[in-house]
Amino acid sequence: MPVKEKIIEKIFFLIALSSITILALITFFIFEEGLPLILKIGPKAFLLGERWIPSKGSFGIFPMIASSFWVTFGALLLGIPLGLACTIFLAELIPPSIGILLRPAIQLLAAIPSVIYGFWGLIVLVPLIQNYLGGPGLSILAGSLVLSFMILPTIITISEDSLKSLPPSYKAGALALGATHWQTIWRVLIPAARSGIVASIILGMGRAIGETMAMIMILGNAVKMPTSFLDSARTLTTNIGIEMGYASGDHRQALFATGIVLFFIIMGLNTLAIFLSRRSVH
Amino acid sequence: MDNSNERRHVMLNLVQHLIEETLKQVQCDRNRLSLIWHLAVCPAYHRQAKPGIWNLGILFLLLFILFGMGCQRSKAGITVAGSTSVEPFAELLAEEYMSRHPESHIYVQGGGSTAGIEAVTNRAAKIGMSSRNLIGEEKNLYTVTIAKDAIAIILHPKNPVQDLSLNQIREVFAGKIKSWDKLGGASHPIILVTREEGSGTREAFQKFMMGKEDIGLEALVQDSNGAVRQVVASNPNAIGYISLGLVNNQIKALKISGVEPNLTDIKNGKYTLVRPFLFVFNEEPGGEAKSFLEFVLSPAAQKLLSNEGLVPVLTKIAQE
Repeated sequence: MPVKEKIIEKIFFLIALSSITILALITFFIFEEGLPLILKIGPKAFLLGERWIPSKGSFGIFPMIASSFWVTFGALLLGIPLGLACTIFLAELIPPSIGILLRPAIQLLAAIPSVIYGFWGLIVLVPLIQNYLGGPGLSILAGSLVLSFMILPTIITISEDSLKSLPPSYKAGALALGATHWQTIWRVLIPAARSGIVASIILGMGRAIGETMAMIMILGNAVKMPTSFLDSARTLTTNIGIEMGYASGDHRQALFATGIVLFFIIMGLNTLAIFLSRRSVH
Repeated sequence: MDNSNERRHVMLNLVQHLIEETLKQVQCDRNRLSLIWHLAVCPAYHRQAKPGIWNLGILFLLLFILFGMGCQRSKAGITVAGSTSVEPFAELLAEEYMSRHPESHIYVQGGGSTAGIEAVTNRAAKIGMSSRNLIGEEKNLYTVTIAKDAIAIILHPKNPVQDLSLNQIREVFAGKIKSWDKLGGASHPIILVTREEGSGTREAFQKFMMGKEDIGLEALVQDSNGAVRQVVASNPNAIGYISLGLVNNQIKALKISGVEPNLTDIKNGKYTLVRPFLFVFNEEPGGEAKSFLEFVLSPAAQKLLSNEGLVPVLTKIAQE
């Protein structure tokens, strides 16, 4: 028996190791492909350049970095209040019978493929924006709206966990001191679970920045600095997604270099989320 | 006793199956299907047996085969990859070809002109499809023009504008004319729709229409003919360009200086926004690739392409 167990243990170890190896290989490959171009045209021209015309050799991705943040910011603007309200309702106020229905429904939001979100946005939201607000319809506003739904499950499940993991004495103590239920939630529970909630928001941000398929369909992909929420925009991910099919040479390398920038942004956000959620345990 | 017999039977089946698979290199889908079949059947055989290391072993073996074998293409098939503009027509041709030669299989994939040419260069595909002329080192490849395709400038059917000059179109796409009222339409802003960098359609449009001007940065970018058509069909103020063969009744094609994009005017050279559809080979094609190419250049296939709105290269049909 022990021998068999050892073998199985080793097999699982190998499997675990392989996932890390694959990650390392992908990282290495992205850098190997993309870094030469960044060095060739200079990091400043690449990161802060405002013109992206690969056929003429200009590779400035600043409009895309800006667009990524515009879209994400818009998604958070709607996603945070919605997500928080939903979390509070789920964790504290909900009658258990409804909770049984609502929780799986929210988790189902995460299971819908992003292409479906994109298609829905294209068919429903885009014409609405085009007819009532003007502009091309394919816009940051449409993208932000769709993204805000897509990040809801992330925000809700993680912040609900952090609310639920608070010691019951917090709530009992507050109520015993004569605070109302709402005062307890707003003044005691939310501040105590703050770091977990912030971490959930940052993870949602990571999801928003990384989203590609839905964004290709509804952002319009114009390469220019956005000036309003009704403008079309191109994010870092959609830049890779939309052009990889035809890219070769420097152009292809520039897309990998875009990937490097994305890599750093997502790494930064995830590290921040981990750091913040660690702090919550006390 | 029964159990061990059955188990041996299953194992034998499995080994036989394995040998067959490796020898024949059957098509990926069938391969996966049969493995799933075994995965599903094995537990049924073993329902009465105690779970043991053997079952685990079989499972691992199956997983190993599943990953190890991957997707292997049958030898009787060739891959055609490249331009998304040529892809729908190539699919049509492949279907027709396969109905005539049931023993062979043509796999058609998109990916883009450049990707197709690259695939041919490193021999991942037998035939590359390109909707642009080859440049630089690519010129060493063996190319055959299978048809010519016009690019139509498309508008929403409700747009009153019917006819623009080359110059007007150039200024619209350069972002210099920003409103439809300067072109005889309503006073709405013009929504430009273009293809992504590297697309063969964009390259041809840039070359024949824009010259040295750049397409305006504010233009929406869509990554296929169909997506451009979809955006223009749903926006009365949009203008875009797609392959003429893909123009349908959701949109209308613009006349350029009075010339409509139709087969007659393309053939007599009045409509100039025309580019070649190429098949690209690594060397002079032989075998299956040659037979497919011969079919594509045959009167029947050229007729098929002509019906789809392309300009055939076979002069006899072109004159009809």
